[in-house]
Amino acid sequence: MICHDIVIVGGGPAGMAAAAAAYDAGCHDVVILDREPQLGGILMQCIHNGFGLHKLGKELTGPEYAAVYAEMVEKRGIRVYTETMVTHVSPERVVTSQNRQGILKIQAKAVILAMGCRERSRGALNIAGSRPAGIYSAGTAQKLVNCMGYQVGRRVVILGSGDIGLIMARRMSFEGAKVEAVCEVMPYSGGLTRNIVQCLEDFGIPLYLSTTVVQIHGRDRLEGVTIAQVDENRRPIDETRRYIPCDTLLLSVGLIPENELTRAAGIPIDPVTNGALVDENCQTAVPGIFACGNVLQVHDLVDYVSEEAERAGIAAAGLVAGEISDDVEIATRAGNGVRYVLPQKIRSTAQEVSLFLRVSQPFGRVRFVVEDEEKVLATATRLRAAPGEMEKLNLPAEKLSSVRGEITVRLEVL
Amino acid sequence: MTRTLTCIICPRGCALTAEIVGEDVRVSGHACKRGEAYAVNECLHPMRTVTATIRVNNREDTMAAVKTREPVAKGDMMAVMQMLRSRTVAAPIRIGDILVQDVCGTDIVATRDVE
Repeated sequence: MICHDIVIVGGGPAGMAAAAAAYDAGCHDVVILDREPQLGGILMQCIHNGFGLHKLGKELTGPEYAAVYAEMVEKRGIRVYTETMVTHVSPERVVTSQNRQGILKIQAKAVILAMGCRERSRGALNIAGSRPAGIYSAGTAQKLVNCMGYQVGRRVVILGSGDIGLIMARRMSFEGAKVEAVCEVMPYSGGLTRNIVQCLEDFGIPLYLSTTVVQIHGRDRLEGVTIAQVDENRRPIDETRRYIPCDTLLLSVGLIPENELTRAAGIPIDPVTNGALVDENCQTAVPGIFACGNVLQVHDLVDYVSEEAERAGIAAAGLVAGEISDDVEIATRAGNGVRYVLPQKIRSTAQEVSLFLRVSQPFGRVRFVVEDEEKVLATATRLRAAPGEMEKLNLPAEKLSSVRGEITVRLEVL
Repeated sequence: MTRTLTCIICPRGCALTAEIVGEDVRVSGHACKRGEAYAVNECLHPMRTVTATIRVNNREDTMAAVKTREPVAKGDMMAVMQMLRSRTVAAPIRIGDILVQDVCGTDIVATRDVE
């Protein structure tokens, strides 16, 4: 068995940023394993722009953003195993993978999980009807169109108004398809405003809120879908059923962190984020195994994936050098109006900690209150808060050392 | 003419109303100056960066990802797309290569390497 200091599972934006950051923090024995033939992960099929505004100060497309980080990896001489599929990670940090050369086992001092996420599929939605061709997850269609050049359909309905669905509405329109509608079961869109404007309004594509697809029609190829409005309990209202002829249905109905390896390693998972429970260093409950990027929590912007991964990379390098401190164990908890808080545990009071969270529904002006069992530790006001936009609150180190019991983050509507 | 717009400058997403009289645009509903400027530009000269693909003629099932180097007029987007669909390019391609010159006032550049 070969040994390396840090093994990174996944060479997408999280894996690349973690690798470069670990290297720069002093750990030069870093390897990346990825199942694709090149680095970049899902960014390679995201040919639209809007990446990097926050982190790099310029607007790039997905492949351009990936190229910036791939170059960092290459310049540092970090070893990358491509077309290499990791099949197991043990709690003792033995990473088993497979490629054309055979089976590769690596004993790591630290493992960084950066496998990203995958799309929720039709099976998870229980839509009635047959199983014809022409039903794709939005990301699959994106790969077929953007990377392989297939025209996936001519008359399209999109279910789900997350960003991938919106981006694909524009992309299909560019390729000459007619996008009949985007249906969103929630009363609000989960996508960025900018995407609603530039991907739907620019092309006159209607967005139907509180509406879902209730039936799929067609035997060999999709012939149409029946859509219906839903009530406040998300149950379809029969009188509103309406048939839309189409040959393609794209599903953009949520992303699921790809945590099979994590579970097999015995790492506890947060039932809300569907990612590992971690501390402020992105370290999981199994010592020496870290998680970052969309495998930890689904992000809105790749810029924040890179930032999170850098924290994980620096911490992993610190662990290899024996310089990671854990003097406390403070749990964090989501209070009123907050869906989750990450990290779920804080282990060190040595430096400022950032708390990441999502709200449970759209709000106007709100104040976030971070408190322990006795006192308020921090507050922050926002003009607006939405589930589609991750919030970040900073807790200074001097506040952390005075914490009694667990930390709760709640929201007050102003 | 009156237009309603959604501001995309920040996540707040203000609902803007713009009254357009010739080259004069009167904006309401904005919470900041940037929103007002956005509405004026969006009504008088809306611009978009087009991102798309061009087929690679010497590789199987391979597309070259491209973009317009500068934003083009919103009304020119479909013209850019039609031109891109009628073209092919040959690999190898490097990020930043100019693949088609002088399209609607800008160039088409590669956004991904193709070996």
